Amino acid sequence: MKPIEIAKDIYDVGVNDWNIRDFHGYSTYQGTSYNAFLIIDEKITLIDTVKKEFADQLLENIAKIVDPKKIDYVISNHTEMDHSGGLPRILHYIGEDKPLYCSKMGLKNLSRHFPQQWNYHGVANGEELSLGKRTLTFLETRMLHWPDSMFTYVKEDKILFSSDAFGQHYAGHEKFDDQLGDEIMFHAKKYYANILLLYSPLILKLLNNVTELGLEIDMICPDHGIIWRKDPGRIINAYAKWASQEPEQKAVVVYDTMWHSTETMAEAIAQGIVEEGVIARPIHIRSSHRSDIMTEVLDAAAVIVGSPTINNQLFPTVSDFLIYMKGLKPKNKIGAAFGSYGWSGESVKLINQELEAMKFDIIDPGVKIQYVPDQDGKNACFELGRKIGKTIKR
Amino acid sequence: MDKYVCSMCGYIYDPKQGDMDNGISPGTKFEDLPDNWKCPGCGASKEKFKKMRTQ
Repeated sequence: MKPIEIAKDIYDVGVNDWNIRDFHGYSTYQGTSYNAFLIIDEKITLIDTVKKEFADQLLENIAKIVDPKKIDYVISNHTEMDHSGGLPRILHYIGEDKPLYCSKMGLKNLSRHFPQQWNYHGVANGEELSLGKRTLTFLETRMLHWPDSMFTYVKEDKILFSSDAFGQHYAGHEKFDDQLGDEIMFHAKKYYANILLLYSPLILKLLNNVTELGLEIDMICPDHGIIWRKDPGRIINAYAKWASQEPEQKAVVVYDTMWHSTETMAEAIAQGIVEEGVIARPIHIRSSHRSDIMTEVLDAAAVIVGSPTINNQLFPTVSDFLIYMKGLKPKNKIGAAFGSYGWSGESVKLINQELEAMKFDIIDPGVKIQYVPDQDGKNACFELGRKIGKTIKR
Repeated sequence: MDKYVCSMCGYIYDPKQGDMDNGISPGTKFEDLPDNWKCPGCGASKEKFKKMRTQ
């Protein structure tokens, strides 16, 4: 991807990773990008690098604008290796004596990723760095989404370099929000659901801080996906909404099945929910990716989980989903369990234990049916669905 | 009563507030928190906390 001027003397010199389809357990059907930014000022400054394999491309992109050896400062907003992976190559090329600015936690964390003794400068929250015409302000954003995370703000241009926040896993020739339609909100939502959901309370605090600090923001430049230049308010409002975790009138019925019996139950439950006028989808785990299921969970009022019992345990894909969801700490959810079983039937109890640990409001002990559901069994599932639908509407 | 700060994420435990979401009532000193208490900010264990120096 060739460099793009995003403002006068400020360039996105990052790269597209067109082919990545699995981003540590998150499915990326449209690849992703690693954005890195070059500011041409008295002090030529590079903000973030790219994943290691793309470091040469980053150097080539920079070289189209300026001789990389002329870079004076490097900023690392975040230690994760999709943004820091290029540091060894870049710093080796431009000179390992060049100052590397990062947060205090970034200092610790980078040194646990890379053995090189770079010229680290750990900055404090609110610290400023003059580049000449422009001033950088560093804003610590611990746990959004790592301890080392920080934003870099350029007050003269009103640009916020937001590291992973406000990003999307999307590779395309479009680099700006006005170049893509509403589809970008889907990518932003999936990203929030799978990476940031558990930090929602921190996100609300951050959004408050930004308002209190009176930061004017004309453009938000995340490290993945498109840049918000036409309407940065749009993604900020979306984050406020997702962080508040106020659910829609919607349920997801997530399950796996060995002989279609638990599946039959799932579909009957979903039918019952829909009967009450609430949106409901049955989602077969093995036909889906956990990261897509989680995107649906984000704004669902109810998560109903079904599993067969195999060797006295949950079907393993259901455990995978429950552990994954647990880590993301969804709030304000109604839950219930169901499953078909052969003889021991522990699955409903095990699911309820997990949902309780997640502080779900479990509104029914759940339904378990031996082997193939008969009409009475299907009716019980349908009625559970209606109960869920009614509860959601209250 | 001293406040303690998580060295991983910066979360501040204030004994006056406790940690109600996790069943710790206000007035609980840091030293009296259960050994398996985790940082509400990032999940780090009690050992990662340091006493805050009062200004």
